Amino acid sequence: MIFRKLLVGAAWLLLAPWAHAALTIEIVGSGANQIPISVVPFAGENVLPQGITAVIAADLQRSGLFKIVDPAGVKPEPHELAEVNYPDWRTRGADALAIGSVLQRPDGKLEVRFRLLDAVKQVQLDAYSYVIDRTLVRATAHKIADLIYEKLTGDVGVFSTRIAYIVKSGTRYELQVADADGYGAQTVLASSEPIISPSWSPDGTRLAYVSFERKKPIIYVQSLVSGQRQTLAQFKGNNSAPAWSPDGKQLAIVLTKDGSSQIYLINADGSGVKRLSYSSGIDTEPSFSPDGTSIIFTSDRGGSPQIYRMSASGSGAQRLTFEGSYNVSPHFSPDGKSFTFIQRVNGSSFNVALQDLASGQMQVLTDTRMDESPSFAPNGKMLLYATEMGGRGILAAVSSDGRVKQRLSTQAGDVREPEWGPLLLK
Amino acid sequence: MKKILFSTLLVGLLAGCAGQDVKDQPKAAVEDRTAQGADAKPAGQKSVTANPLTDPSNILSKRSVYYDFDKSDVKAEYKPMVEAHSKYLTGTKGAKIAVQGNCDERGSREYNVALGNRRADSVRKMMNVLGASDSQIEVVSFGEEKPRAACHDESCWKENRRSDIVYQGE
Repeated sequence: MIFRKLLVGAAWLLLAPWAHAALTIEIVGSGANQIPISVVPFAGENVLPQGITAVIAADLQRSGLFKIVDPAGVKPEPHELAEVNYPDWRTRGADALAIGSVLQRPDGKLEVRFRLLDAVKQVQLDAYSYVIDRTLVRATAHKIADLIYEKLTGDVGVFSTRIAYIVKSGTRYELQVADADGYGAQTVLASSEPIISPSWSPDGTRLAYVSFERKKPIIYVQSLVSGQRQTLAQFKGNNSAPAWSPDGKQLAIVLTKDGSSQIYLINADGSGVKRLSYSSGIDTEPSFSPDGTSIIFTSDRGGSPQIYRMSASGSGAQRLTFEGSYNVSPHFSPDGKSFTFIQRVNGSSFNVALQDLASGQMQVLTDTRMDESPSFAPNGKMLLYATEMGGRGILAAVSSDGRVKQRLSTQAGDVREPEWGPLLLK
Repeated sequence: MKKILFSTLLVGLLAGCAGQDVKDQPKAAVEDRTAQGADAKPAGQKSVTANPLTDPSNILSKRSVYYDFDKSDVKAEYKPMVEAHSKYLTGTKGAKIAVQGNCDERGSREYNVALGNRRADSVRKMMNVLGASDSQIEVVSFGEEKPRAACHDESCWKENRRSDIVYQGE
């Protein structure tokens, strides 16, 4: 009892203050086939501080799958279907065209109208109209970018999602959440002791994470809605590596209460802990398959850290990685067909790798040197990870084919431990 | 108050065995007596001139075990020190320690938490063999999160592959 009091006194904590810190994104590399699209400034959007079409175009460009065709010079600028002269756009090389308008309603709300047009076939592909609060301008722009992305690539757009990560500045650690484009960062937790391993609940409303504020790793679950948090696991020894089950009811966690680091299952309210793995070595970094039936994890039971898979009840563990002597930090892809992990390459470089489960085929995706904690975007097309540049921790993203690369950095501090959040419920 | 007396009678030497609430009081019994040495000790207690846990000439003041890369076995050179702490725990049933495992910065943070745990656990196992009880020892890991040395090469990494023995209250 005394022991505990003492330890708590050493750390200071802030729960959910609304601090802001922008992440800047730089794109390097691009997709094999970029769709040329022109996003024409919406009528009336100049009254909005950040506009709408600039956000849409930046989203599409960042994906690496689009080439933004500059609409400047086309007169008159089309905002309605009747104003579109398709040959204007074909001569500029645009295959697709987005037009629209923003109307200020008497009740103070905004009406955003948007049309997506196929400039080759000269037909309308989609049309939407939203009545929104002024605070939702960026969110609406992301939604429109998602619609364009879906319509033109056939995959789900992830521009409306969020990411979680840790920023270390001096001796201050902050768990932050930001939009997928790095905008609107908010501090969820600040501490003078390390925070690691943030993990999104499947519905995006809670984060599980590991905090060292009590001089040892303890797992907490914090609501992003209320800011309130509860202790999920503080057993004797270490409590770490939380991973949610797809239904959000349980988490796989790593405890040392029975000796070495082993994987356990615990209910999301902290009750009913049950041991899943039984090895004499280290078992850690669990990740649930999207269907909830299996768990991949890191284990050194065979002598070196490798990726294994077992059933969600802990039976039938099988080794999945055989190349290299250091394979760690596995994360399932959203379709459950592959997984990403970190592989040590040539003894000193740590890179993001991707392995197909059926074929066992493995591909190293990055050429950075100190990569850590990769996770998939919810559409499986991009992976977010931490790496180092110029001696500082930054976030980076790479497409699952390795072609598109992005870097996300803050003005100051080390950014690390990212996890891409789930799709928002529509 | 009860807690303060209890600690004092137990050893009188275990600096900071009582909690912070005790420490913060002016002239906290335990600390003062330790600092003043034998004169202030309760009658009948063995006379000691300094806290053996902090006396630089006492092996108990040594607290760190260092490891080779990717290794967790306690090297021979640290055995006398681990033995001394084990003996101290056996002879001082009220004493409790945390063995804190640490790693260098390379590789996965979570795997390093596990590796740090294995390192610290190798110290615990050695202490167990020598008679110290598990109830006196908590093995925890800081992974790579709390490096003692900050540079990014082996000169620092070897400092950071380490277990520290920390007595309750320190």
